[in-house]
Formats: sequence, C-alpha cells, structure tokens
Amino acid sequence: MNEAERLVELIPRLRRYARALVGDRASADDLVQDTLERAWAKLHLYRRGTDLRAWLFTVMHNVHVNKVRATRVTDTLEDELPELAQRASQGDALLVRDLDRAIARLPTEQRAVLLLVTLEEMSYEEVARAVGIPIGTVMSRLSRAREKLRMMMLGQGAAAKLKVVK
Amino acid sequence: MEADLQAYADGRLGAERKAEVEAWLAARPEDAERVAAYCRLGEALRAAYDPVLAEPVPQYLESTAARRPRARRIAAVAGWITLGALLGALAGWEARDWRRPAGPPLAEGAVMARRAAIAHATYSPEVRHPVEVGADQEQHLVAWLSKRVGARVRAPKLDEVGMALVGGRLLPGESGPVALFMYQTAAGRRLTLYIRAEAKGNRETAFRYARENSVSVFYWIERDCGYAISSADLSKEELLHIATLVYKQLEP
Repeated sequence: MNEAERLVELIPRLRRYARALVGDRASADDLVQDTLERAWAKLHLYRRGTDLRAWLFTVMHNVHVNKVRATRVTDTLEDELPELAQRASQGDALLVRDLDRAIARLPTEQRAVLLLVTLEEMSYEEVARAVGIPIGTVMSRLSRAREKLRMMMLGQGAAAKLKVVK
Repeated sequence: MEADLQAYADGRLGAERKAEVEAWLAARPEDAERVAAYCRLGEALRAAYDPVLAEPVPQYLESTAARRPRARRIAAVAGWITLGALLGALAGWEARDWRRPAGPPLAEGAVMARRAAIAHATYSPEVRHPVEVGADQEQHLVAWLSKRVGARVRAPKLDEVGMALVGGRLLPGESGPVALFMYQTAAGRRLTLYIRAEAKGNRETAFRYARENSVSVFYWIERDCGYAISSADLSKEELLHIATLVYKQLEP
C-alpha cells in the first residue's frame, strides 16, 4: 500500500480526533484538510517503515497549534465562555453538545493529550512524541484535563438538580 | 501514584500494579469515585466521537489525501480562463456573423463540446467543492437535474472502468440549464458528463471528438438530449471507451 492509500485510510481517525479537538464539523474538516496538505508537503521527513499514523497525528498537532496561535484571542476568551447549558439531562444529543463545550473549555494542550490517549488510544510515550513534551508532562496534563472535566460535569449535575427542585 | 491512577483509568496497568492500585483505592472512597468518574468520562468521549469514524468521508478530503495533481490543474484553469475570454470574443463575432443569411452556423454539437470542455476545466480541479450535490444523494441529484434541465437525465454507472460518481451540478447553458455529472477514479482522475436538453428537430449525430487545450471531449446528440464527455486525465482511447459505455447505458 502506498502513502496515498494509507493517508486515505487514516482520514476517519483524523476526522474523529479533529472533531473532538475543535468542536464543529466544518472547522474540524478544515483542520484535516490542512493536515493532509501539510503531510504531503513534509512527506520527505517521514521515515518509511515507522508508524505513519503517529507521524500524521504529530503533523496535525503542529498544524492545530499554529492555527490556535494565529487566533490566540479565542483561546484567552475560553475562561469567559458562558456557563454550560443548565438543564436536567435529557437526550444524547444534548449530552454530546455539553461534552463538546466542556472539552472546548480545556486548555488546548490538555485537550490534545486527553483525546490522543482516550480516542486514539495512543500509549503515553506515543503522545509524548506526537506533542513533543516529556512523558511526565503528558501525565500531568492528562490528570489535570480529567479533573477539570470531572468538576465541570459535577457542576453541571448540581445545576441540573437545582433546576429540577425549582 | 497520580500517574498510576491515570494509567488505571486507561486500563494500562499490569496485573500486579493494578491489584496494588485497587487495594489502595479500596481504602480511599473519594479517590475511588474520582477514578471511576475518569473511566466514565473516557466512555462518554468514545461514545460521542466514535460515530465520526462511520461518517462518509468528504470527497475533497479523499482527493487531498490521494494527492490529485493540483498545481498542474490550476495552471490548466488559468489557461482556460484566457481561452474563455477568447471564446467570448469569438461568440460576439459569431453572433454578428449569424445575421448573414447565407453564413454557415457553427455546428450545434461543436458549441456544446466547447461549453462542456470549459465546464470541465472549471470544476474538475476543485478540491473542496467539485459538485453541488454529492453522490451520497444521487436520487435527489438526478431528480433535481432532470426537473431543471427538462429532460430525463441519468447518471450512468462507470464502476467497470473504475470511475465512481462524485456528484453533480447545474450549469447555465445557451438555451437553458445544463446538468454536469462528475466521476473520478480512486487515484483522482476525473471526467465530467455534460447533458443538455435538445430543441426538437436537432438531428441525432454520431460520436464526434474535439480537443480544447488539454481537455478531450466526445460528444453526440441522441433523441432529446445532447451529451459531452470531457477529461484532461484520460487518453482519447480511454475516453472513447467510456463514451461508448455511457451511450449504451443511456439508451432508452
């Protein structure tokens, strides 16, 4: 199988990760598109025989980081986003949307680590290489990301209960 | 310990360490609840995003991954824009010419072939928006184009030559809307099928071949429709073979 075929084969996984990373479908597919273009431009840097998937996620990570850097404003606004929708949880679609928003409120670097571990099921070493950080940092970001999400979800549950009581 | 708790939530501890962590958690209900929440969170994430894996991949992403030769195509389009301007000038000249009663009109089919070639050169390099309606909505596409073109339009199956329908779009033609279907191979070689409704009385023709810049066109008129197949990626022989195939399939 040549690189083109393997890239085509990896698109669904890139899309899954991108969707979780940036939220909406259009921006996610933009990120995938930019990643594929970048991958072709940088293919000479890929060492044949090594894991193309891991390399591709490294490329995507770099593309994403550059994009975020270019629009730093949205990042600093993250903490000021309105509170999560407060409602008694009904229906999967709503849950997914809340999860979307909760993930969006994580700092980019924590979000990336959590998603690579959870969705891509990369080993901690692979994540460290893909993101370009020491493995200790992977573990601490993972820990912080999970704890933040847990607190957000707890807060949401409490809010929902309050609303039901009213 | 914290790193081990994360690894525990990810199911990545060896049996021995896992047992130790479980014993540690057994004595600490708060931490146990926290780790259980991490596990649920992982499940929720997978449940939310795994469905993306099953979504149909947009054509433009596949084209980018399979690396269709864009640079060459962009150059080709630039050439076509120039040609379009020239044709515009030519059309003006032809219009003047038509007033002369004895002047021979430009053969109907040749005009169609040119328009088809220009449409091909305009849309086939598109990576993001090659078509208005994708092949995933083929029924809707065919019904819509038939209605607008005013003739029964069909998208032939070209699987046997390794070409899959990308989708289609509506174009303005000289005497009404025109349908354009686009096909491509796995490697991203494209062809377009241009279909317009023919005025009653336009006589049927045999296959004719035209070449405009790098685009080869086979065209013919059959009953109430005119057809033109264009490609810059296929040889004349390949295109003729496909034209024959299309002709057979579109026979009523």
